[in-house]
Amino acid sequence: MKAYETVIGLEVHVELATKSKIFCSCTTQFGGDPNTHCCPVCTGMPGTLPVMNRQVVEYAIAAGLALDCTITQKCKFDRKNYFYPDLPKAYQVSQLYLPICRNGKVEIETSSGKKSIGIHEIHMEEDAGKLIHDPWEDCTLVDYNRCGVPLIEIVSEPDMRSAEEVVAYLEKLKLILQYLGVSDCKMQEGSLRADINLSVREVGAKEFGTRTEMKNMNSFKAIARAIEGERKRQIELIEFGKKVIQETRRWDDNKDTSFAMRSKEDAQDYRYFPEPDLPPIEISDAWLHEVKSRQPELRDEKMLRYEKEFDIPAYDAGIITGVKKLADLFEETVAFCHKPKEVSNWIMVETMRLLKDQEMEAEAITFTPSQLSKLILMVDNGKINRTVAKEVFEKIFMEHVDPEDYVEKHNLGMVSDDGLLRTTIEKIIEANPQSVADYKSGKTKAMGFIVGQTMKEMKGKADPGRINEIVKEIFDLNTLER
Amino acid sequence: MSQNLKDLTSLSALTLGKMIKEKEISVKEAVSAQLDVIRQRDSAYHSYITILEEEAIARAAAVQKQLDAGELMDSPLAGVPMAVKDNICTRDIKTTCASKILYNFIPTYDATVIERLKKSGAVIIGKTNMDEFAMGSTTETSYFGDTKNPWNTAHVPGGSSGGSAAAVSAEEAFYALGSDTGGSIRQPASYCGVTGIKPTYGTVSRYGLIAYASSLDQIGPLGRNVSDCVAALEVISGHDAKDSTSVNTQSYSYLQALTEDVKGMRIGIPKGYFEAGLDAEVKESILNAAQVLKSKGATVEEFDLDAVDFAVSSYYVIACAEASSNLSRFDGVKYGYRTPHFDGLQDVYKNSRSEGFGNEVKHRMMIGAFVLSSGYYDAFYNKALKVRALINQGFQKAFEKYDIILGPTAPQTAPGLGESLSDPLKMYLSDIYTVSVNLSGLPAISLPCGVDKKGLPIGIQFIGKHFGEKDIIRAAYSLEQSIGYARPSLQSSATGKEV
Repeated sequence: MKAYETVIGLEVHVELATKSKIFCSCTTQFGGDPNTHCCPVCTGMPGTLPVMNRQVVEYAIAAGLALDCTITQKCKFDRKNYFYPDLPKAYQVSQLYLPICRNGKVEIETSSGKKSIGIHEIHMEEDAGKLIHDPWEDCTLVDYNRCGVPLIEIVSEPDMRSAEEVVAYLEKLKLILQYLGVSDCKMQEGSLRADINLSVREVGAKEFGTRTEMKNMNSFKAIARAIEGERKRQIELIEFGKKVIQETRRWDDNKDTSFAMRSKEDAQDYRYFPEPDLPPIEISDAWLHEVKSRQPELRDEKMLRYEKEFDIPAYDAGIITGVKKLADLFEETVAFCHKPKEVSNWIMVETMRLLKDQEMEAEAITFTPSQLSKLILMVDNGKINRTVAKEVFEKIFMEHVDPEDYVEKHNLGMVSDDGLLRTTIEKIIEANPQSVADYKSGKTKAMGFIVGQTMKEMKGKADPGRINEIVKEIFDLNTLER
Repeated sequence: MSQNLKDLTSLSALTLGKMIKEKEISVKEAVSAQLDVIRQRDSAYHSYITILEEEAIARAAAVQKQLDAGELMDSPLAGVPMAVKDNICTRDIKTTCASKILYNFIPTYDATVIERLKKSGAVIIGKTNMDEFAMGSTTETSYFGDTKNPWNTAHVPGGSSGGSAAAVSAEEAFYALGSDTGGSIRQPASYCGVTGIKPTYGTVSRYGLIAYASSLDQIGPLGRNVSDCVAALEVISGHDAKDSTSVNTQSYSYLQALTEDVKGMRIGIPKGYFEAGLDAEVKESILNAAQVLKSKGATVEEFDLDAVDFAVSSYYVIACAEASSNLSRFDGVKYGYRTPHFDGLQDVYKNSRSEGFGNEVKHRMMIGAFVLSSGYYDAFYNKALKVRALINQGFQKAFEKYDIILGPTAPQTAPGLGESLSDPLKMYLSDIYTVSVNLSGLPAISLPCGVDKKGLPIGIQFIGKHFGEKDIIRAAYSLEQSIGYARPSLQSSATGKEV
């Protein structure tokens, strides 16, 4: 077999995190009973007109700036005409001729190093509704709740060569968009959807091969499988002397295979033309500047800052900033307790352990920064020791308990009464006279024994450091006396 | 019909409004009188698709209550019965666009103009007939049958707002709303001997107007005189946040422009408007009217208006392109007509649309889909946009020299029923004087300036610069003072006699 190269470009649809839809004031909330999040405008009733949601433009600009794009300061909308029941106007308001962002790039990192992926354009458009097939009644129903939810479509150049690069690209995009706050990027809820354009060619060939477009993958894993499957399918066709047909294919993740949906021959003519109901959008220098000045710190900058400002190891900073939820949790907790290293440790060790045990994604964390910072401060102030703290943290993680209440209620606070500690230790030493002799003869183990016994007596609620100090004091005193 | 009643419905809208304010007549009496007249005449003219008897009576009582409570004092048209073209959405009231495909469509919301009318105490008496989806120049393409010209029922009333023009002319309404995409207010106003205003694009909200061609459509008033039209225009104009093409920066008080004063007004007459194709009697009447204005102190001169020859072709390409997209939503899925014969989704679309739309609408949607299709877009649609830009420049140049442009509204008076549809190209060409105004988004008014030998009214058109409504209103009002308003001899269908 000859050596083949896979060429991949992506079209990524991202639902924007605006509160209201792109052309009306209906909510964009996911879910809700069918057809309860809609109005005459988003259901395309006769005579209604669109009014642009300014936030959509700002989010699109923010995404474009983060992806190093040129912003089209006079952009406009076009109509894409086609019939389908989930599209009540029979056209989608989108951007063909003058998309809001063009010519960007994004840097990805894979096992083979760093690489830049070109962004061809980003355009704004409205989402369609959803068809729901009712198998009991054998009919199809339409839910218009999603109709008019704002989307941006990010079109990459055909710069990717493997599933690994595609996943790295998507993860990078997801992170950037989440950091910007422009989308929650939940693949399961459809707020991030990727279509894959893939072709293969012999290594060294100048021309691209015939490409197919693959739809309907709802996880990064499915995307990787779909790429692998399609790459093999195309190579097999070529090896058997057949031709790849330009077509749209639908990935079936359960069957681990794809099916042809429509070929180029029956591709529709969308009869795009400028949307007459919306005036062109003029993005003034001032507006652009304003959006620019509000751009939040993105992952790469944040990672560097964590290392520098908080003295967090690069590895830890990478993990924490790798999920926006963790970075937010980290920073908010630090803001409360001013103990960055402690916060980082709690995230890196205990939080990660519990996530793994519970098979949870970091996004699903529900405890609050204030709960974690209270816990950290309680350890720091000697109110509880670390062993108890771990136990309390589990309760915080699982049940969102308030650590102070919990410690008080379960009487887990450290005994800070030195007198009590001292009498307890003295009692134990008295009961174990041999320990003094051992200590004197240089067997430091003896000290550990006494400390352990004291901790046991105190039911773990003592500060082991303080116990150590007192034990040493007593031993030294005894040594002198003799 | 009592003498009294006939006289009442012949009054101007403003006069009736004043009588209502001064409690010489109640709103209910006015509405009942209007409904009686409609009952007697409408089978002769068929101005209406829907007559709102009960609703209007109930509404009359509500408006009367407001007036008695001292409200609506700033609304000169409060309580006056009026009509609305059936492509403007009215909540809980059937809005059909004169099409089978919307024969049962009841909007859940009011168009912005309807909200504004209601706020000012208007009583909507009915929804008027029109060409299907406002496509046509005769009101003969209506699914609900044609409307007759009140001046001669063997003739068309013009279109597409033929029902509104006929209703106003036949005194079946004191004033009416129409919509104008390529002349659909002005041309029927001209054919029916009434006044109609097509405002500057962006002056009146299009929210709730079922679109024909979004970049050209504009709602406007029709009335029996300039003042009534202007009063109605003042009610419906103004910025609307629901329409992104509506303009926020202008003053919309027009009543102050009702002065008989054209001294020093610079009026241009495009030479091209008076060449082949223009009826001799119409020409004479228009030039006479120009003479009247000249005698009142205006300067009148001829000039060459650039690019005007290409206006009709550019108009039909752009209007049909937008229409093909705007009318795609009528697919039998959510509302309106759905074919009873289907097997699968494609059938629902194909059969509902084949059975639901009339020929003229299909014709224009086909043209529109064609000019937008890949491979033809540049040759047709893009070229039409370039012509549109040239027409704009032509007008801009003209308005550097003139305050208003004067010309005929249509090349001839109302044609006979059935004449136009047999020769659609001729019908399209008769839009020559009106379409360029829409392409440039300019304001224009048509008002009667005479009657031809056949006894049919002739209309004159004044075109203003963007937001130059006050100029054309002033010119129209001044001309009207000298020419006056001629009434048609109206029929009662019961007797077929003149009343």
